[in-house]
Amino acid sequence: MNETILFEEMVRGGGMWSFVLRRHHTLRLVDIDGGANLGLMAYNAGQPLDRLNLPDTLKAQYTAKLSRGNVLMSDMGHALLSITRDTVGWHDPLGGHGNAAMVEKKYGPAGYQERRNDWHRNAHDNFLIELGKYGLGKRDLVANVNFFSRVNVDAEGRMRFHPGNSNAGAEVDLRAEMDVLVILNTCQHPLDPGPKYQPKPVKLVILKTPPPDAADFCRNFREENKRSFILTERLFL
Amino acid sequence: MSTFILTESTLDPSKAIYDQILPSGEGWLYRIDRGQIFRIVDVEGNQAVDTLFYNAVDVTDRYSAQDTIREQGGIYLTTGTRLMSSEGRVLATIVADTCGRHDTLGGACAAESNQVRYAIEKRWMHSCRDTFLSTLAKAGNGMTKCDITHNINFFMNVPVTEQGGLSFADGVSAGGRYVELRAEMDILCLISNCPQLNNPCNAYNPTPVRLLIWKQ
Repeated sequence: MNETILFEEMVRGGGMWSFVLRRHHTLRLVDIDGGANLGLMAYNAGQPLDRLNLPDTLKAQYTAKLSRGNVLMSDMGHALLSITRDTVGWHDPLGGHGNAAMVEKKYGPAGYQERRNDWHRNAHDNFLIELGKYGLGKRDLVANVNFFSRVNVDAEGRMRFHPGNSNAGAEVDLRAEMDVLVILNTCQHPLDPGPKYQPKPVKLVILKTPPPDAADFCRNFREENKRSFILTERLFL
Repeated sequence: MSTFILTESTLDPSKAIYDQILPSGEGWLYRIDRGQIFRIVDVEGNQAVDTLFYNAVDVTDRYSAQDTIREQGGIYLTTGTRLMSSEGRVLATIVADTCGRHDTLGGACAAESNQVRYAIEKRWMHSCRDTFLSTLAKAGNGMTKCDITHNINFFMNVPVTEQGGLSFADGVSAGGRYVELRAEMDILCLISNCPQLNNPCNAYNPTPVRLLIWKQ
């Protein structure tokens, strides 16, 4: 594989990160210990009003889970991130993220004063902190993906967290199809039934990767994906 | 096989303080006070009513599809569903429903998503998100595109399979069926009565809906 590691970052459990991933660079997410959850939102870095839209993403690809071949699409029909590689097979686009009240109710109080940097973080505040660094805020929160997590939906529509979805060393690669502002955190999935606050770390690897060619798997995964790529490529003519 | 539980309302339309028809392709932005009851009637059947709710005093606190389905532990909306906000508050509760199932995963149609879903040449056709933009622009209340979040599709059926597939199934609604909500705080309601002509879910035939409000 013709790829070069540009740099790596370790995000500890309950941590957060943001970055403008350059077009055709790849963000690799590595679940170090197994059982991680990585909440992610994505924006066109040049025009953040052009942003991840999970309903558009799911209905275009007739799916309620995300894996290799799927493309995270914006509300303007653009391809933001392509899932080019995935050792897990199912990432959750339904469960959303927790907030401070939910984390305290589930895991008890643990403020900074008492716990210093081992305090309990929550995904909502982490998202808002990282969004704020780009002048974005509550109005810019969108439905997020939970990488490494799985929520099953039964015939009655009931949602059930599927434990053990991701093993230690699991990896998923996200290739940027334009310069993409990625906002992420590693708080526990809000449906994770575990009674203890123990969010897992995720290693991030930023890679220089080849641009997709005409035979690219994600581009050709569905006709809808191809049209989303065409609309995206028009931004770069 | 999934179960539909239908709940009828006892409210009398002649006593409503608001009673209007909203044709397809048109938008509606309206304030509903806490405690008021709001009914949407699918007049002719299988009409998608793309709907968003906001906390009327702080529109950054708005309907969240993910929070709503997670907090009730199920993806379909019906009687008893509490519509949750992005800040974890209850905006409204569904108190009656003669359809039995409503979607909140499928989002709203847009010129651009129609290009992706159907054909690059489809950009010209009218869409819900264009209606949302037009309605907000005319309201002049400071709300813009970033306030157009992931909506409810009243009367639409978008089942998820146990294998994680998503389908746009045949309609489960019919002429005269309705859904009724009680506002749990002062809310703004933004509706696009869907003009979609590319999707069989409305039999390629967008139709009017009737909107009623009762003062409790």
